[in-house]
Amino acid sequence: MALSKEQIAQRIAKEVKDGYYVNLGIGIPTLVANFVRDDIEVEFQSENGILGMGPFPFEGEEDADLINAGKQTITALPGASFFDSATSFSMIRGQHVDLTILGAMEVAQNGNIANWKIPGKMVKGMGGAMDLVASAERIIVAMMHTNRAGESKLLKECSLPLTGVECVTKIVTNLAVLEIKDNAFHLMERAPGVSVDEIKEATDGDLVINGDIPEMVL
Amino acid sequence: MITKTVPNVEAACEGVEDNMTLMLGGFGLCGIPENAISQLVKLNVKDVTCISNNAGVDDFGLGLLLQKKQIKKMISSYVGENAEFERQMLSGELEVELIPQGTLAQRCRAAQSGIPAFYTPAGYGTEVGEGKESREFDGKMHLLEHAFEADFAFVKAWKGDTAGNLIFKGTARNFNPNMCGAANITVAEVEELVPAGELDPNDIHIPGIFVQRIFKGERYEKRIEQRTVRAK
Repeated sequence: MALSKEQIAQRIAKEVKDGYYVNLGIGIPTLVANFVRDDIEVEFQSENGILGMGPFPFEGEEDADLINAGKQTITALPGASFFDSATSFSMIRGQHVDLTILGAMEVAQNGNIANWKIPGKMVKGMGGAMDLVASAERIIVAMMHTNRAGESKLLKECSLPLTGVECVTKIVTNLAVLEIKDNAFHLMERAPGVSVDEIKEATDGDLVINGDIPEMVL
Repeated sequence: MITKTVPNVEAACEGVEDNMTLMLGGFGLCGIPENAISQLVKLNVKDVTCISNNAGVDDFGLGLLLQKKQIKKMISSYVGENAEFERQMLSGELEVELIPQGTLAQRCRAAQSGIPAFYTPAGYGTEVGEGKESREFDGKMHLLEHAFEADFAFVKAWKGDTAGNLIFKGTARNFNPNMCGAANITVAEVEELVPAGELDPNDIHIPGIFVQRIFKGERYEKRIEQRTVRAK
């Protein structure tokens, strides 16, 4: 069975280590916060200016002056801090943020990523994505393995305008966990019940398969 | 003590003219200078270039200037959530320059600090880097980005004093502090304006030297874009 979006988030949560400062993108990455083990200390950064972001507020406690990068009302946890946008991107560009988790439309086998623009469609902008992918030490892409038309999103080369070059090292999809090295996708884990052949079929870029590929443990 | 107070938003916006470049603080609708925006609509200045992370929604924030077709060009990092924006952009009436959010913040910061340009890795190898000077540092490629030049910066703070010192609240801080002193004239509107000496100097986020005009804003709506809550 391919993973649900929640299960993709659940698998990525296992990559979050004690003491990490983590930036979560919009979509599946946002869900990761729900699955982080509660015996480790992690702080979430939102690039609009908060470190120590907490869950949504209880009804009636929303504060217009307290939102995340998705413009949603949030809360601040004990130990949180607020800061201006330049400081926020100093944390990101200066590699003080340990892990960035974001979505993508396409990833290429050399680590290129496209996630901000589809030619001919309304362009909304890159927001902080280009800064994040250009500087982050660790980037995990959370996405479906194929698009709505059933086409692979793991490609030899990206066809869409790029967000960043040679920056992605790990991808978690509904079918697999993959790492990028030596200009290829390396299959590390399969979703429970998904065969290597199914993953091969859904991957357009070069796929390296070494030995038996274990099933993911969620 | 140097006093920066002006009596009202009319005085605060004096000198804004057609074709000027304006910086406006805020992230989404959070921390936007609501009073200055209303006044710009009233003044009906035309063909302005706006430097702002976002472009408001259809009926609030910079969307109000878009409705009256006052904006010639937007310089932003993200402009979703606005149907009139989309219409004007697709029809070619509105020029749009999209730049990475961190670069946007740093171009404000550079203007504020007297730094003409800086190198950043954001956007290298993408269309953002087209036509820009690039250079390798420590094995990594960077783009040369320039400080903004603007006529007015309109910012919104939580508290301020008559000397122009500012304190921001929550994530309404965002681009506001970075834009102070980044334009020829910085206009700050605040929810609470107190006499100089009442704010603890230890608590000041932006010293008054970066602010030319300060006034107490009226009737803040503080609209919430995405009201998200959890069950009790």
